[in-house]
Amino acid sequence: MKNNWRSLMRPGDWAVVGVSALAVAVSFPLVWQGGAAEKAVVKRDGQVVAELDLARKRTLEVAGAIGTTVISVEPGRARVAADPGPRQYCVRQGWLRRPGEIAICAPNHVSLQITGRRSSFDSITY
Amino acid sequence: MIPSPTDQVTPANRAAAASIVLQTTPEDHRVAQLAAAAIGLALLDAAIPLPLPGVKPGLANIVTLLVLYRYGLGTAAWVTGLRVFAGGLLLGHFLAPGFFLSLAGALCSLLVLAAAWRLPQRWFGPVTLSVLAAFAHIGGQLLLARIWLIPHDGVFLLAPVFLAAALFFGIINGLIVARLRGEADADAQNTPNPVELKNA
Repeated sequence: MKNNWRSLMRPGDWAVVGVSALAVAVSFPLVWQGGAAEKAVVKRDGQVVAELDLARKRTLEVAGAIGTTVISVEPGRARVAADPGPRQYCVRQGWLRRPGEIAICAPNHVSLQITGRRSSFDSITY
Repeated sequence: MIPSPTDQVTPANRAAAASIVLQTTPEDHRVAQLAAAAIGLALLDAAIPLPLPGVKPGLANIVTLLVLYRYGLGTAAWVTGLRVFAGGLLLGHFLAPGFFLSLAGALCSLLVLAAAWRLPQRWFGPVTLSVLAAFAHIGGQLLLARIWLIPHDGVFLLAPVFLAAALFFGIINGLIVARLRGEADADAQNTPNPVELKNA
């Protein structure tokens, strides 16, 4: 019986099924990874202050409303290293890796967002 | 008053004058029968519960492929078209978005079948046609959904799942077609024509 079913497949059928299976397998990560993280965008009062390449390690100091926010970038990730805000939410958020992730230091009017080729969502509302 | 024999108005010929008789050919009957089989399978398709909306076995494609092999592309197109329209009426989504998705899928899969039909049959059997048609079907539906219903790339997020389902059901339907064709050929060779049997 099993042999019977296999005899229904012709050589080209195996090739088509194989190639299709491969294409389907490839399509999963292609569609679902949401684009690789490429840049860190730093904004002050909604204006872009800097766009940092996530490939190189560097530190950036941004003068905000109540002091200086320190942004640190490492290959593939970025974080707010220091901020004068009283509750330190954006600092405690830690490393940001995925496109669309954002740390907002509201008291200092500074934000840090990771962007990719494609953002994993359109916008976010608090 | 005695009516002249030339313009006698009897109930019978009044009815004949009012009704329109369509001349049907055996080909029409065949298309209608095959379309009925396809519609039946399409209804069965809709009745099978599956976890994800949009994923369907596409059993009616079995009929499309069998017709394609037996009677050629033209008849297959007729049967598929009738199936889409009548299926839409029976399932209650005629001219609703689901109907147009179904139509787009059917058109795309017919186009792909028209191309794949030219592949050398020694190497490429029903499974190839079935898998390609299934991909074309979901591809056409996704494209129409992207262009018309949900104009956002988020539509494609589920594409891998749909493609995997298309591959799975495409293989199964293709095997069923191959199997049915094999049996039909064996029957044709081994058993005498039913008409001859009756006369004997």
